[in-house]
Amino acid sequence: MNSAKTSTKGSRLALTNARLLDPSNKLDQPGALLIENRRIADFGPRLFNEGVPEEILVVDCEGHCLAPGLVDIRAHLREPGAEHKENLRTASHAAAAGGITSIVCMPNTDPVIDQIALIEFIARRARETSTVKIYPAAAITKNLDGEELTEIGLLLEAGAVAFSDADRAVANSLVMRRALAYACTFDALIMQHPEEPSLSKGVMNDGELATRLGLLGIPVVAETIIVERDIRLVELTGARYHVSHLSTGDAAQVVRSAKERGLPVTSAVAAHHFALNENAVADYRTFAKVSPPLRGEDDRLAMVSALAEGTIDVIVSDHAPHDQDSKRVPFAQAANGIIGLETMFPLALELYHNEQIELLDLLAKMTINPAKLVGLEAGELKVGAAADLTLFDVYAPWRIEVESLRSKSRNAPYDGRPVQGRVLKTWVNGRIAFDISTEG
Amino acid sequence: MNAPTYDNLFPHRHLLGIVDLSAGEIGFLLDISDSYVDLNRGADKKQTKLRGRTVINLFFENSTRTRTSFELAGKRLSADVINMSVATSSIKKGETMVDTSMTLNAMHPDVLVVRHPDSGAVKLLSEKINGAVINAGDGSHEHPTQALLDALTVRRRCGRIQGLIVAICGDVLHSRVARSNIYLLNKMGARVRLVAPPTLLPTAVDRLGVEVFHDMRTGLVDCDIVMMLRLQTERMRGTFVPSTREYFHFFGLDSEKLAVAKPNVLVMHPGPMNRGVEIDSVLADDITHSAILDQVELGVAVRMACLDVLTDNLRANVANEES
Repeated sequence: MNSAKTSTKGSRLALTNARLLDPSNKLDQPGALLIENRRIADFGPRLFNEGVPEEILVVDCEGHCLAPGLVDIRAHLREPGAEHKENLRTASHAAAAGGITSIVCMPNTDPVIDQIALIEFIARRARETSTVKIYPAAAITKNLDGEELTEIGLLLEAGAVAFSDADRAVANSLVMRRALAYACTFDALIMQHPEEPSLSKGVMNDGELATRLGLLGIPVVAETIIVERDIRLVELTGARYHVSHLSTGDAAQVVRSAKERGLPVTSAVAAHHFALNENAVADYRTFAKVSPPLRGEDDRLAMVSALAEGTIDVIVSDHAPHDQDSKRVPFAQAANGIIGLETMFPLALELYHNEQIELLDLLAKMTINPAKLVGLEAGELKVGAAADLTLFDVYAPWRIEVESLRSKSRNAPYDGRPVQGRVLKTWVNGRIAFDISTEG
Repeated sequence: MNAPTYDNLFPHRHLLGIVDLSAGEIGFLLDISDSYVDLNRGADKKQTKLRGRTVINLFFENSTRTRTSFELAGKRLSADVINMSVATSSIKKGETMVDTSMTLNAMHPDVLVVRHPDSGAVKLLSEKINGAVINAGDGSHEHPTQALLDALTVRRRCGRIQGLIVAICGDVLHSRVARSNIYLLNKMGARVRLVAPPTLLPTAVDRLGVEVFHDMRTGLVDCDIVMMLRLQTERMRGTFVPSTREYFHFFGLDSEKLAVAKPNVLVMHPGPMNRGVEIDSVLADDITHSAILDQVELGVAVRMACLDVLTDNLRANVANEES
């Protein structure tokens, strides 16, 4: 899907002196990797032990971590329709700087990605403008209205990798039952935004803080109810069902028990739901307004443990860019969303540095797990696979400066936050998509 | 220009909420308010303290009573008072708000008195303003001058606030008056009870330092003060309350329900009242119990005090910058 305008056939690149990390092979050891014809030609601890042949270009990784490029299966890229907030090109720059080489974009664009022409539009625009790989998720229902199913089979053939009504739940139980049943025909993945709409008219987490701020709350049960219901429908239909982003310990418990019963259920969490709690919206900070809302500290900790024990399979950015006009308004009127392509990885690495989760387990949730879920050949070090790689210094301390993020929008509540772990280089199809030494 | 008189005893540029104030600062505002009550009762009601000052009443939500009260307060202190009602269309009203505030700020008002239907909107607006901002009610968040005038009413009628039992009854969920009063009464040492059906109480409200009751007959026992809240007409039918009739039967204040309170109990209401919905008409007019008109009267004094103190702070800042 992605660019390779001039032929690099025959060109070879050796990445030496690296700490090779690959969760799918449980690999964590020093070694080197060879890129040839834009693909991984070889890798391992003994490669180039005798030195690198002269005709091969060498990048010395200086002992830093070399891992498969990250796969983010939930981002709102705003093209087409809201290019003043983001487009595929600006999003791809942010993604590459965040170590991400494959993105699944959500269909809540204008027009909605609910027909083949739009799938083809995204593919073409990605080919022409993006430095990373972009795959569209198509809508489950036409125009995200929650009523009529989209052409799930044809959309899959055209290149949709999953189905989601983006930031809306499929609320009607009959429609959801039919979506799941119909998706079985094609083994399509249905991704649900877990919020029961009639209980989700609020603007932040329900509780003491909402009461003090005089803001309408969204209770935890809004999430639990929809996940519980959907899992009953999964039992009925056998479809592959994915919770787009959990925010509560109760809903994580529901997913856990579904997995224990062997149901084809998976779940993801957005970085902000384990990096922040509801206190981030105190003082009416609209930059921390997201859907589902940031929850209490107990729920944040529940997200961390659900990640560690495997109830949550995937970490997503839920990148949702908004301009100033959408956020410099009273809290209740402000748009939902936080940009996250560039910050997902360093925020996730906090869990490793806090010794809450092993590095390979953490990487799996941003590489092989999401890639497998949506059927991408990505997210692992494999001979013959596309050379989508990220090189990062897992220890480097730095502070997030929102102004220097690469997204077209600046709506992130992380300004000044100290983090540890920084992407140094990102390759997509063996070509450099980000290099901190030239643009950091 | 007048020299500052209060020596920065109230170290806040804006008055956005009771939650930001200490008991001492609340007491200080009430003391200044007391001094204006006599002025308001005299024949000559004018004072020159705010001469040359500009006060803009910026109302994004309809209000006659509060706006009039602030307007009188400003005029009695000789300020130039301008009223602006900004029609809020349901879409894009936020943009209007920030733009309007920046436009007004360029005209150098000394005080902006702002009411807005969204919680937090007045704070957002205050970030764009060089002068002082008084929150005249923002969404369901705070209405600090109402709580101050309620406190002044209680203090003048009962001689104290400390130790009194105060029941706040009705639609606490949507009420900024209730929130400001809960904070103020707690800071001043009163015991606060809430009496309402669960559908009209916000989540975890017990964490705000109140006792919660769902029955007037138990909630009003031994109360010194009963504060009734207004129930918006559009909320009387539907999912909050089934009907006006049912609401009045269980939660409307009448003399029978009031009988379990202290004999000299004081009944208050922020107005405008829905007679026969949250309060019995006869009771509302019963001058031995009802303090409702006192509240209106003292409201002007409290708002004079707030304008006085906040402009005094502006004077102090100018004096500091000049020295």
